[in-house]
Amino acid sequence: MEEGKVLSQSIQESAAAYAIIHDKFGEAVSAFDANETMPFFEVLNLSAWPEIALFMRDNPKLQFNYMACLSGVDYQAEDKVGIVCNIESLGQLNHKIAVKVKCPRQDGSIPSVAGIWHTANWHEREAYDMYGMSFTAHPDMRRILCPDDWEGFPLLKDYKVQESYHGIKVPY
Amino acid sequence: MGLLDAGITKHNVLVTSVDNVLNWARLSSLWPMGFGLACCAIEMMATNASNYDLERFGIFPRSSPRQSDLMIVAGTVTMKMAERVVRLYEQMPEPRYVLSMGSCSNCGGPYWEHGYHVLKGVDRVIPVDVYVPGCPPRPESLIGGLMKVQELIRMEQIGLSRADALKKLAEKSVDPQFVIESERTAASA
Repeated sequence: MEEGKVLSQSIQESAAAYAIIHDKFGEAVSAFDANETMPFFEVLNLSAWPEIALFMRDNPKLQFNYMACLSGVDYQAEDKVGIVCNIESLGQLNHKIAVKVKCPRQDGSIPSVAGIWHTANWHEREAYDMYGMSFTAHPDMRRILCPDDWEGFPLLKDYKVQESYHGIKVPY
Repeated sequence: MGLLDAGITKHNVLVTSVDNVLNWARLSSLWPMGFGLACCAIEMMATNASNYDLERFGIFPRSSPRQSDLMIVAGTVTMKMAERVVRLYEQMPEPRYVLSMGSCSNCGGPYWEHGYHVLKGVDRVIPVDVYVPGCPPRPESLIGGLMKVQELIRMEQIGLSRADALKKLAEKSVDPQFVIESERTAASA
């Protein structure tokens, strides 16, 4: 966070929410990034993610009751893939924050939060479909958009499309 | 030339060939399968609706492939959908016709390079008779394509293969530039 910079109202609210999470989980979460459009923090201890999520939803001072989006990202340079979760407290405290979770690019897995926000169910399936990270303890971990027998994960930056699918030529 | 253009002689007797009668009947009641895949389908629906009124050509969408003789592939064909399109095509009784509507189903359209999930032309899985370019094609273009299908049917004869009928159609095609030019001069005059 830059010194002396005046933060907008909503960023201050996000920072306050982060402070509560940081007090509880300490080293498991990264420092707060006061990004103007999407304030976020990263979960450093992967296995703590469902616990953090549940705390964010149920703590009376946080009440993050709504997952607006869960997107996948390919951090090729870091050899990692990850998710970005946009979480809000809708109709309650009206603050929002984004959470980033990263895992290794090869056979990486992230604990599922589908049981905490049901929105995560299909979104996690989509992230898996496009980037290949699996979500442990997900109730229905399979592809959602591509056919079940599709090869590779299309949104990885080094993705090469397969030559044929069921005898049909795929490239142009 | 249409059958009715031949004129009807006295006592309502009309002499023509069986081919002519069969072709006239078939081309005057083309029933497309009512299925659309993407935004082209919206344009297809608009063509079916009252402004463009396809029913004046006897074209009326059917809800089952078993009752249809024309498949309008209206939209992006994904790899997942490709197998379903083949299955629907196989359920249609012969003689059946395929009209590929729009850039996506013609050749992959805007997804030709990076659209990993898009079939690069529906002609990779089923034989296509008429291609209508556009993204999406205007109703006028679709009607033009449908009239091309009608012309194709007019070229058919008993015992003549589809490939030969298509060849005949290509030979009889008129250069549209001439028509456009003459329309323009007539309009400016």
